[in-house]
This record gives sequence, C-alpha cells and structure tokens, in this order.
Amino acid sequence: MTVETRPLAPPSLIGGNKSNADVTRDVCAPLERKATALWWGTFLLSVSILLIGVVSVWYQIATGIGTWGLNRTVGWGFDITNFVFWVGIGHAGTLISAVLLLFRQKWRTSINRSAEAMTIFAVICAGLYPVIHMGRPWLAFWVFPYPNSRGPLWVNWRSALLWDVFAIGTYFTISLVFWYVGLVPDLATLRDRARGLRKRIYAFLSLGWDGSARTWSRYEMACILLASLATPLVVSVHSVVSTDFATSVVPGWHTTLLPPYFVIGAVFSGFAMVLMLMLIARRVMRFEDYVTPAHIGAMCKIIVFTGSIVGLAYATELFTAWYSGSEYEMFAFANRVRGPMAWAYAIMVLCNVATPQLLWSRRVRTSLAAVFVITILVNVGMWFERFVIIAGSLQRDYLPSAWSGYRPTLVEFGSLLGGFGLFFTLFLLFCRALPMIAMFEIKAVLGDHGQPEHAEQGSERVVV
Amino acid sequence: MSRLRHVAVFQHEDELLGAVRESLPLGLDVVDAYSPYPIHGIDELMGIRRSRLTLVCFFGGLVGLSIGIGFQYWSSAVDWPLDVGGKPFDSLPAFVPVGFELTVLIGGLSTALMLLVWSRLWPGKRARAIAGVTDDRFALVIARRDASHSAAEMAEFLGRHGALEVWQEEAR
Repeated sequence: MTVETRPLAPPSLIGGNKSNADVTRDVCAPLERKATALWWGTFLLSVSILLIGVVSVWYQIATGIGTWGLNRTVGWGFDITNFVFWVGIGHAGTLISAVLLLFRQKWRTSINRSAEAMTIFAVICAGLYPVIHMGRPWLAFWVFPYPNSRGPLWVNWRSALLWDVFAIGTYFTISLVFWYVGLVPDLATLRDRARGLRKRIYAFLSLGWDGSARTWSRYEMACILLASLATPLVVSVHSVVSTDFATSVVPGWHTTLLPPYFVIGAVFSGFAMVLMLMLIARRVMRFEDYVTPAHIGAMCKIIVFTGSIVGLAYATELFTAWYSGSEYEMFAFANRVRGPMAWAYAIMVLCNVATPQLLWSRRVRTSLAAVFVITILVNVGMWFERFVIIAGSLQRDYLPSAWSGYRPTLVEFGSLLGGFGLFFTLFLLFCRALPMIAMFEIKAVLGDHGQPEHAEQGSERVVV
Repeated sequence: MSRLRHVAVFQHEDELLGAVRESLPLGLDVVDAYSPYPIHGIDELMGIRRSRLTLVCFFGGLVGLSIGIGFQYWSSAVDWPLDVGGKPFDSLPAFVPVGFELTVLIGGLSTALMLLVWSRLWPGKRARAIAGVTDDRFALVIARRDASHSAAEMAEFLGRHGALEVWQEEAR
C-alpha cells in the first residue's frame, strides 16, 4: 500500500481557463467595440423614461407640490418611498465591495465593480427625491450649516432629517472615492491599450499609475482601510434613514426594530438588483465565464438568507405590536394587514418573504430565468414595503377625524419612473465607459489559483 | 561609475519573485517591481515597510469626530441656543450620528488623499509604465551596489530567472 498526496486545487472562480491577458481582452472588449443596436435600444428607452421623470418633476416644481396626491394627513408618499427604496438599493454595492473584502470572499471580484457603480447611481437617484420633495429645490442648500445673515441661524442637529443629509452625503462621497480608487489600476490598463482622445482621457484619470510594488502595498492598505470605514457606514446609513420614522410618534413608525429592519431590507433589495443587472450584463457583454453559476448561486443564498430575516422582522413587528398592549400600536398593525392598503401588504409579504424561499431549491437557483423573475419580484416587494410603512401608517394615526386616503397622481408616477430611467441611463453609460469587472482583482485571484500555499490547504490523501 | 539599472520583464509572478529573492544575497538592489496586480509576499522580500496609512486614517477620523461633535455643541449650545421641543441645548446623544458620519468622511478622505500624495499620483500625471505591466507582464528593476557585477553578469542573472527581455537604463 502506498500513500500518495495529490494536491487538490480549489474549484476556479473564473471559467474558461483564462490567462491574465485573456482577462484584459475580455473585459476591455465591450469598451473597445462600437455600441451594439441592443445597447442603443435600451439606452434610448432609459433616456425616454428619464425624460418622463424630468417633465413630471419640472411640472411639479413649476406648479407646486399640490400636483401630488399628498394631503395634510399623508405628507409623505411616493417621494419618500422612492428615496428609501433607492438608498436601500445602494447598500448591496458597499456590502459586496467592503464587507466581502474584509471577509476575504474572493467570488466578489467578478461583481464588485458594477455593484459599486450601482451604489453610486442609486444614491444619486435617492438624493434627488428629498430635494424635489422640498418643493423649492433651489433652497436645498439650507440643509447645510453655513454661516448665513440670519444670525447665523444654525441647522437643528436634533432632527433625524438632518442626520440623513450627513449620512447620505458621506455615503455618496466615500462610495465614490472607494470606487474611484478601485478603478485606477484598471483605468491604467485601458490607457495602455487606447489611442487618441480616449488614451488622453484615461491617462488623465489613471493618475499616472505604473503598477509599482511600493504603490500596490500602500494601495492595498488604503483599500482595507476604506472598506473598514465603509462597513459601519453602510450599517449607519439605513439606520439613520430609519430614524426619520423611528424617532417620530406615528404608530407603526415609533419602534426600535426599524434600524436593523431597514438595513437588512436594504441588503436584500440591493442584492436582488445587483443580481438582476448581472444576469443581463453577463449575457449582453458575454461575461459568462466571469459571472458563473457559482456566483449566481452565492448571491441567491444571500437573498434567501436576508429575505428570511426580513420575514422574521415582519413577524417581530406584529408580535411587538400585540405584546406592547398599546391600542394605537395594535390598531396600526391590524390596519396594515387588513386595512385599506391590505393589498399592498399582501404584495410585500408575497414578494419578500414567500418568493425568495423558492431559492432553497438548487433547481430554482440554477435556472437563470427563475432567478431573474425572483429578483424583479423582490424589488417590487421592497418598494411596496416602504410604501406600506410610509403611506400606510400615515393614513391612520391617532385621531380618526384626521384619517384620510392617499391617491398618487400621474405626476408622482412620472417621477417614480424617472428614477428608474436615471438609474439605467447612468448604468448603461458606465457599461460603455469603464470596465465592468475589476480586472486586476480577477488577475490576483487567478494568480494565486494553484499556487503552492493554496494547493496545500486543499491537498487530499489518496490511498492506492 | 554611473548608476546603471537593469530592467527585466517576466511572464510569471513566480519568476519575478525568484529573481527578487536571489538579488539581495548577490549584493543587488531591488529598485522596484511592477505588476498588473498586487503580488503577495513581495513586500517582505523588498523590505517595504507597512504603510502608515493606518495612522492617517485614525487621526483623520479623530479630527472628523472632534469637528463633528465640537461644531454641533458650539452651534447649538454656545453660539445660538435655541429651545427645540424643550430638549437640552447640549443634547449629546443626538449629536452621535453626525459625529460618526464626519469621522468616516474625514478619515476616508484623508486616507485616499495620502495614498495619492505618498504614491505621487495625481490627475493628468504622465505615466512611465513599462509596456505590458498593466496587462499580464511583471517587470523588475535592479541596480548594483558596487562594481562587483558586470552588466553582462546582471543580464545573465535575470535571464536565468526567465526574463523575456532585459535592458539597461540610466537611473532617473
């Protein structure tokens, strides 16, 4: 009997046996060829939807907030729902790029770049709605504490709405910096391949990157530091957004459950959006070897995990309402489940709790069509979750004499659509201008694939 | 004696690491190495110190936190105390969110800024990247400390480690 040790290499994260040069070529290819008819088609469609939003917002600003279906009881409707929805969408990007970096989850390298881009675009969409909601957006700078001629009269630091300004502002800035720092080595790759004007633009943006080992050492440290800062930041952002509601006295809002509830919902909806976009992008841009069924499976597992926590949060809020013994609290939740907006509650539970459970099945996880449909449903469900919390709770508070309904107008539907138009327009432009996959990170993952230290861990004793 | 440098271009990370490992005992200085992605383990071989960016990040964050809490306290309790719903002027718990956000903001921005300053990277800087190192090549620049090695010996040393191309250049 002989005992032989045979190295067992871990399964490759990237398909197609790629070399480093293949990675460069594959990822740069979509940027170096002419835009396809499909790209132009989707781009024009997105811009048209964006224009619907622009016209709606223009009309609303020119005429007044009265063009919306809001009233004295329901002061927040589609606008704030959209805001909370889009902030949530952004969270997956930071989670993938920062939290998964700290946990050394190497599969993130195929999706982190586009997820981070998505974060930035989603935060842009999110930031627009509160500004539009102000009614007089040209005075939006009043939210900042600047020395003014009225005293100076400072902002109210005790207001959760002001915390939002700082949370969203910091989140946008840090995400942008983190994304750009991550792009620099890849911009240098593009620079060294491009000619003419494109070369000059990429040369300007790549900051003179030359791949020196000293720079790489510092660079990696900076990335870890930025990730360590972004991790608590991402948790803080949606927690702060939830305090807009939790620090008020409206039944259904006034609860300590809201911060974790919002954060986990954000991760859930964000992952669904990333997965939806990656399913389209891998097909259109021929990235099947980079975003493999293993990546899709990993993301599906995160969706079913976070979806289950969202389900737990729904159950917890019902239990807490009952256990509180407060008649207003109990009524708020009975009204949420059975009241005039019971249909919206039903959509929310079906899409967010029931549908993702299908992902326990491997057959569903490996069916791209099924996963695609589930990701869309999750996003519909998460939009409705915010709508139920916001408009649903406001309709029925303490005084029955103040109760009213909320019927969104066409202008509000227009601005809802506009957000999606803006998001997809920005995303499509990103696909044409910047590498969608972090090339250097993929190369680093390929580089240690099958290296001695790696092979040792996975070595298998074979008894012959 | 002019400081001549030898530049070698490799196809594989391991070849470059092998050459770096043997340079020091031979009395050759590793000036720098260039690669398309960070090579793990090269820092120790080249004697690159752990980056001090951690300190920058920490003190940047500390500055952000102090500015955040200090300014909120000054503006709401000192400069113009306003009674908002009977809450205390120095309502420190309410200052936590903004204080935290500014910690992250200043900490992150100072880290990114010092990364660029210490690495001498700035928008529009003309890159002198060796061809291929942003794609799939690995380049090594070595110099001799004294005249103990001839240029031919150095080229032979690099070739032995699998260099595809070797050339000499004046130190810049």
